Amino acid sequence: MTDERPIGEDDLHALVDGRLTPDRQAVVDAYLRGDPGARERVEADRAGRDALRDRLAFKAREPLPSRLRVATLLAERRRRLRRAATGVAAGVALTLLGGAAGWSAHAWLAGTPGSRAGGPEMAAVVANALRAHRTYAVEIAHPVEVPGSQEAHLVQWLSKRLGRPLRAPDLQGSGYRLVGGRLLPAGSGPAAQFMYEDPAGARLTVYVETGTAAETAFRFAQGEGVSAFSWIEDGFSYVVAGGLARDPLLAVAEAIYRQNVEPRRGQAPL
Amino acid sequence: MSELAALLEPHIPALRRYAWALLRDDAAADDLVQDCLERAIARWHLRRRDGSLKAWLFTIQRNLFLNGLRQRTRRGAHLGLDALENAPSDEPPPDGGMGARDVLAGLALLPEEQRSVLLLVGVEDMSYGEAAEVLGIPVGTVMSRLSRARERMRAYLDTGRPAGLRRVK
Repeated sequence: MTDERPIGEDDLHALVDGRLTPDRQAVVDAYLRGDPGARERVEADRAGRDALRDRLAFKAREPLPSRLRVATLLAERRRRLRRAATGVAAGVALTLLGGAAGWSAHAWLAGTPGSRAGGPEMAAVVANALRAHRTYAVEIAHPVEVPGSQEAHLVQWLSKRLGRPLRAPDLQGSGYRLVGGRLLPAGSGPAAQFMYEDPAGARLTVYVETGTAAETAFRFAQGEGVSAFSWIEDGFSYVVAGGLARDPLLAVAEAIYRQNVEPRRGQAPL
Repeated sequence: MSELAALLEPHIPALRRYAWALLRDDAAADDLVQDCLERAIARWHLRRRDGSLKAWLFTIQRNLFLNGLRQRTRRGAHLGLDALENAPSDEPPPDGGMGARDVLAGLALLPEEQRSVLLLVGVEDMSYGEAAEVLGIPVGTVMSRLSRARERMRAYLDTGRPAGLRRVK
């Protein structure tokens, strides 16, 4: 069956571009046999298109320069993220740790007297949070299980699995957008990880685990290019980790703390 | 991460060709492609898996190109964006009237939106739907831009001047 719609300008372009169905093309070809003006136009457009393709073809045939290879770009991205992580804070923290090669949560806590509430359990929490940070912050295809565009669903799901109402901190004020979150295995049950990203693609994670009722002050830890602040508050252990220097990371930790504490003091629902 | 390379690298030659056609400068074109690929890698988790990867990459690259134009405009004279995008590039057409006219010179006389539609549809073999996605316009608008662009290109190849540009007296 032939297509009897009247021939339009779009048909002529689709003919030039080879995008007509065979039936339609037969109709358009028949029409052009009776309209030399239109035929000439189609031929001129084809010639123009072919000339443009010919003139540009050389560029697509050139071998890829190494700076445009995906492997090069990925290596450069990893190097950049690592470099961003090793700023001023690196020197400071390593000095505090007495030049310890590498870092472990135990070593850090052992050197922090008077921290009963943040004892070995908290060290394990921090170690787990940092492992999760290192695993997922570099992930390209699947950094999160549930994207930030489904924040309500994400928070509801994680709250249900942790057994307590949670919220995803709003870090827009610090320049970080919520990428999303995921559920993680932890010591005594599941933990939640929220991931954030700044416009340059630098990521930080907020790790939340239910734990003891005791509260602690912020504690700083750092190693292998990742800095972390941890604290316990209202029965949740929090660890915020990222490749930032100490002070900007502290500002983020304080922003999270304020968001958690202020609604409670104001009797607002969590 | 060879999966990422396997998905991205087949598109790089076409991205380089499109970038070069817009910029006509080897180093600037590869800078644009590199920016595009870096952005694509950083935003990889945000792409729609059911969408066209090719259209997504070209959209990123064209938006970066337009942002670059805007920045150059802001640094330079106080031209509006429209004035800039719709102005023909400053490349002089080859001497009209003799011999074959260079199709690239004719392309350079078109506003960016018409250049892009000719390149995406005619050179990069995009469907009208994909071109509409890259340009952020409805398919009907792609068709009317294509029509205007081809009309002007025909006139240029025929007379050395694009249709719709008045001769300066």
